[in-house]
Amino acid sequence: MFADLTAFAITSAARLITGARALWLGCTPQPVQRLYYANHSSHGDFVLLWASLPAELRKHARPVAGADYWCKPGIREFLIRKVFNGVLIDRQRGEPGDNPLQPVLDALGQGDSLIFFPEGTRNLGEEQLLPFKSGLFHLAAANPQIELVPVWIANLNRVMPKGRALPLPLLCTLSFGEPLHAAADESKPAFLERAREALLNLAPKDA
Amino acid sequence: MDDNTLSLFAGIGALLLLASLIGRLLKWRAGPGPHAVIDNLNARINAWWVMVLVIGIAFIFGKYGVIVLFYCVSFYALREFMTLTPTRRSDYPALAAAFYLALPVQYLLIASDWYGLFSIFIPVYLFLLLPILASLGGDTTRFLERASKVQWGLMIAVYCVSAVPALMTLEIPGYEGRNLLLIAWLIMVVQLSDVLQYVCGKLFGKRKVAPNLSPSKTLEGLLGGVALATLIGALLCWITPFNFWQAALMALTVNAMGFFGGLVMSAIKRDRGVKDWGHMIEGHGGMLDRIDSVCFAAPVFFHFVRYWWA
Repeated sequence: MFADLTAFAITSAARLITGARALWLGCTPQPVQRLYYANHSSHGDFVLLWASLPAELRKHARPVAGADYWCKPGIREFLIRKVFNGVLIDRQRGEPGDNPLQPVLDALGQGDSLIFFPEGTRNLGEEQLLPFKSGLFHLAAANPQIELVPVWIANLNRVMPKGRALPLPLLCTLSFGEPLHAAADESKPAFLERAREALLNLAPKDA
Repeated sequence: MDDNTLSLFAGIGALLLLASLIGRLLKWRAGPGPHAVIDNLNARINAWWVMVLVIGIAFIFGKYGVIVLFYCVSFYALREFMTLTPTRRSDYPALAAAFYLALPVQYLLIASDWYGLFSIFIPVYLFLLLPILASLGGDTTRFLERASKVQWGLMIAVYCVSAVPALMTLEIPGYEGRNLLLIAWLIMVVQLSDVLQYVCGKLFGKRKVAPNLSPSKTLEGLLGGVALATLIGALLCWITPFNFWQAALMALTVNAMGFFGGLVMSAIKRDRGVKDWGHMIEGHGGMLDRIDSVCFAAPVFFHFVRYWWA
């Protein structure tokens, strides 16, 4: 109950501040299992993507987040576990045998959709998009039936620049592209390049 | 609201009713299925109902209602402007000052009738403060361009727009307590000029007047729209402190400013590669698409009225 109210407050605030507009360019908002992957420049990214999904899709769309940032007892942990129902991964690999992606694979196995940032970390530099980490490839190769939907989040890095507490009320758009799948014989670099291109194609041309 | 205001709104309502009927009739004649021009026309008319309703509600609350209304207009316009003009990370302090300092202070100054400060607050103090804030970031890339983007955004979206509620602060002998009607007259003449330019252009338009800036503007639309809106402005002189000819000249002035405002704002949009500033108002585009002509007309109108009548 309290978690639902918090979710409502957060999605409303995100939409109010950013005027978030979802452009479904390459697909429609259907309740099928998907992995939404997006550019990452702000902590607000997944909140905005999550908020811009229709409510029935949002229930099954779980953000993949770094345990090191979110697993601090208190409000952060409440938010990520109860409100966003996030999938936490340990970015500092513990045991050599552990697969840090295991919780993500489990979530996909349960039929959940995911919100995933393949750059692995926030992009705070001048470059539009960092090279992708291999995680997206492993998830796609293990789940070839799942639609991978690129989502370009425009302008949020200006709304919430790094190290600033007060967001600027600029307008954000989220462009949802055409779903892609990993081909059976595709190499890791080729797939990651293709996925990255598909995402970059959604970016505004001269930003 | 006094009788004049009520009859004015009743007249606008009748006009909109007529427009809605014509829109339905055109849609019915065109048959089922989408028709880009007619559907857009009907979306525009529907949006006009909402806009007139919002302005009417603001008028019920008088001076402060109008100030709050235009505060919101400025906010949405500023956000559209700053969204479309890219800045860099070190412009954050300047942008924060624009949204969280300049915007509220400008409207507070108008609410407190402080002409001496609200007329120079943005063009003097903010004009100098913004590049100072930007320079503290230490980033010189395209510095002049970035500084002027924030300055221009504030001038257009806040300073120019705020000239409309500033009309409430004028004391015009023999016109006490009726300043709301002056605002209604300005908005109506400028917006009717836009509408009539659009209608005349669609009906008679042949020669493009600014093909590079705004391909939809035609000479026939411009002349017909401005002439008709000027005539209506003159006929409405009974709600203003002007006589017939004064009202005609004032209407011509604000219509000319409004037309050029539309051109300048189109030039900025073309440069940024977009057709509309935003998507807030169905059929019209963004807030700035709707008020671009008011932005340029309002400050000139305010100062003309202040110089010759107040």
